Amino acid sequence: MNGSERLALAALLPLVAAVVTPLLGRRPNLREAVSVLVGVATFGLIVSLVPVVLAGGRPEVTWLTVIPGIALGFRLEPLGLLFALVASGLWVVTTFYSIGYMRANHEEHQSRYYACFAVSILGALGVAFSSNLFTLFLFYEVLTLSTYPLVAHHGTEEARRGARTYLGILLTTSIGMLLLAVVMTWNLAGTLDFREGGILAGHADTRTLVVLLALFAFGTGKAALMPFHRWLPAAMVAPTPVSALLHAVAVVKAGVFTVLKISVYIFGLDLLHETGINVWLLAVAGITILLASLVALQQDNLKKRLAYSTVSQLGYIVLGAALANPWGVIGGGMHILMHAFGKITLFFAAGAYYTAAHKTRVSELPGIGRTMPVTTAAFLLGALSVIGVPPAGGTWSKWYLALGTVDAGQYVYLAVLMISSLLNIAYLMPIPIRGFFRPAPGTVETEAAEVPGGPAGLAGAVDPPTGSWRSRIHEAPAACLVALSVTAVGSVVLFFFPGPVVRLLSPLVGR
Amino acid sequence: MILHHLPVLEIVIPLLTAPVVVIFRRTRIAWGLAMLALWASFAIAGRLLFEVLANGPVSYDMGNWASPYGIVYRVDALSAFMAVFVSTIGAVVLTFAPRSVTDEIPEDRRYLFYALYLLSVTGALGISITGDLFNLFVFLEISALSSYSLVALGRDRRALTASFRYLVMGTAGATFILIGIGLLYMMTGSLNMLDVARLLPEATAPRTLFVAFAFLTVGVALKMALFPLHLWLPNAYTYAPSVVSAFLAATATKVAIYVFLRLTFTVFGPAFAFGTVHVQALLLPLSLLAIYTASTVAIFQTDMKRMLAYSSLAQIGYMVLGISFATVTGLTGGIVHLMNHALIKGGLFLATGCLVLRLGSSEMDALRGAGRRMPWTMMAWVVGGLGLIGVPATAGFVSKWYLVLGAVERHGWPVAVLVLLSSLLALAYVWRVVEIAYFQPVPEGAPPVREAPLSMLIPTWILIGTSLVLGVWTQLSAGVAHRAAVMLLGGWR
Repeated sequence: MNGSERLALAALLPLVAAVVTPLLGRRPNLREAVSVLVGVATFGLIVSLVPVVLAGGRPEVTWLTVIPGIALGFRLEPLGLLFALVASGLWVVTTFYSIGYMRANHEEHQSRYYACFAVSILGALGVAFSSNLFTLFLFYEVLTLSTYPLVAHHGTEEARRGARTYLGILLTTSIGMLLLAVVMTWNLAGTLDFREGGILAGHADTRTLVVLLALFAFGTGKAALMPFHRWLPAAMVAPTPVSALLHAVAVVKAGVFTVLKISVYIFGLDLLHETGINVWLLAVAGITILLASLVALQQDNLKKRLAYSTVSQLGYIVLGAALANPWGVIGGGMHILMHAFGKITLFFAAGAYYTAAHKTRVSELPGIGRTMPVTTAAFLLGALSVIGVPPAGGTWSKWYLALGTVDAGQYVYLAVLMISSLLNIAYLMPIPIRGFFRPAPGTVETEAAEVPGGPAGLAGAVDPPTGSWRSRIHEAPAACLVALSVTAVGSVVLFFFPGPVVRLLSPLVGR
Repeated sequence: MILHHLPVLEIVIPLLTAPVVVIFRRTRIAWGLAMLALWASFAIAGRLLFEVLANGPVSYDMGNWASPYGIVYRVDALSAFMAVFVSTIGAVVLTFAPRSVTDEIPEDRRYLFYALYLLSVTGALGISITGDLFNLFVFLEISALSSYSLVALGRDRRALTASFRYLVMGTAGATFILIGIGLLYMMTGSLNMLDVARLLPEATAPRTLFVAFAFLTVGVALKMALFPLHLWLPNAYTYAPSVVSAFLAATATKVAIYVFLRLTFTVFGPAFAFGTVHVQALLLPLSLLAIYTASTVAIFQTDMKRMLAYSSLAQIGYMVLGISFATVTGLTGGIVHLMNHALIKGGLFLATGCLVLRLGSSEMDALRGAGRRMPWTMMAWVVGGLGLIGVPATAGFVSKWYLVLGAVERHGWPVAVLVLLSSLLALAYVWRVVEIAYFQPVPEGAPPVREAPLSMLIPTWILIGTSLVLGVWTQLSAGVAHRAAVMLLGGWR
């Protein structure tokens, strides 16, 4: 198979899973085996495209012309490849996690769940592969609509209300602003194709460009720029695997990916830079980063806290796009990957806490490290990655973003990055630290005194206070544990081997 | 040889089948005959469309009386397009009909239903292809009178008042149209559309011309239920039998819009209507008002059929909006939405018909848990609903694309923003149904419910499926609409 065929097949495979899984509703084992197999096959196909793209190839497929001049088509470029790798790779991991989580929590409508999951991956891959704005918009909406049933999954009044906010904001922004921007781009440039160097240069004056950039940036509601971020915390009513893959990886990354892609291939970095229209986007991104972190500090619900943390971290990527220089774009692109691994680990851990201990609030978590050491250790690694300190991958993306701010002479935003890291520490680190070193609320004093705080607590399981440590351990199902260990280890591995990612992204900025 | 007679066969076959149906009286035979007639019409219309697309307009002189003295049928790209879509909807809805009719109409009136239905389709087809003004009026009345009676067949007694109101307002509209046609005849001495168009510039009494235009515009606006002349529509669609609602929603108002296009562009000419009279100054605000008020009212309805009726009013607003731009893009948007919406709304009413058959009511409360109990019906409903919102890859998106692009070209971004934001109102009313059907439990003690029979599901999915195909493959919809728009504007602007 040549590159184009593999590209087409990779996009269609999730559709197979979406069609087959509901038919296997009565045979859960087979159904989930199909999900895993399709996930692995999709990921494998996309991995097989890496050498092609690294060698400078850009596989293309055009399906059909919808409106004269506007085709439904795919074209694989480095940024899209990176996003597709992240989404499909973590899909496999999340499927394992889902199997453990959904069964342990006796969730209903599991066939609908797996089918919608597959469709949303199709949406994410379509966004990643899209060769023009029309295709991107189409799959963007596929992603919005297919995730709605997942958010409303429980069907309770609360779930329905959250899902309503979710769908309302995402569709309002995309139809009201993104689509308008697409139509205006078509009217101005006469094409919607993503091209190296952008398509808008010379077609519009600066005022129009400012409006367009605003429409694109806010219209991509999935990028969760304030004030259009409310849908993300609202989506936390979903089952945890959904929050983990979709609302830390696929959906939100589709948003920031769209912003990056539009900056690079529709506006072009030079145009953004020359006209200076990126300045206000920098400001919005900076404000989002700080405000969201501050809000995260006050959230007691663990998933909500993580959601606001995501809002803030998405701001980093938009900041990278808005810096409009090579370091910024590489940093932003890298952060798609790094934050994905870090945040999905945190969500997996949150789901594990819920499954094993039925705890959803930060205030309930002290002492949890003693009963769930593996989960809490993974949480720690994920938190380090999100904060951006060694030994976790997040270090590198923040490094490049910081370089970008210096290169652009935007020292204010360097300060924003630093302050935000401090805030990250403040809202994330207490959870694993208290988890290991504080007694669980409501336990008797004597028991608390048995466990002195110390570095050994980090390992939790190997330093049992009494002989019966096995009986103390009560972790989530094995499938969940494996998944969250894989992503935690992954974010450490990325710290030691960031080279390939940089090499992949370099052509994006002409290096 | 028979090819030459296609335009008249298109009309005569369903027209003559109607009395035959009344003679036989047996429901099954009535349905069978009607099916034969309408699918034949469908085939003829399709053949005509290909003929027109390949070789240009077809003319047919009735009884060999040469034009402009005799009645002429003139089929150009737009008429053929209309004929195809009216006959498609007519035939598909009829295929759906038997189970629904058995359920909703008493035994002794069923043959009347089929006869009236045939007449109604005949009227709509005749309007599409006639080239004669008085003949147009006759077909308008054939279609309207049969529609009044069809609405009155509804099992709810309120259908009678709904039908009466429809009759009063429809007749007022028809009278206005007749007066307008009379004035045109007074000035030109001709009833042939092309002939009138040729003679009008020589007309010596501009005031009479303006009055004729005003009468015709208001009359047709009544027929197409353009806000604020829409009052007859919601009750008529709500209380009519499901099949009738589906057919009327998909075709009746659309045909009226076609009449408006014909009169404004072919007879009066865009230079007169948009350059001299500035009819767009009336159409633009009215259409936006229609979109916003009707969509808002739709959000608060508790009956699905009523909600869809208000949604139709809003969609008529979109079509008129596209026409008001008087540009190729705008007109393409208006015309393509005519077809796309007919498929979507027809499909939605058919799906609602399935729900009424099984759940016994079109109230939203009855819908709880329907997503699990009638998965195929509800899936059709959801896909149709997405089309109403204009989600990409549905036909509704294609219409919206042209409309928004037309708005940007003609009026800049404010109107474009208004069009886009109005989609969100559609989202609100569609999503209420989705939530109730999928995320609310089946009420306690509700009798078990089966999926709708295939004889109803298949026609429903034909309409919905076609609307999906037209969302990604637009050559037959937007392509033909574009040709029609270029033809109607005739180089104006």
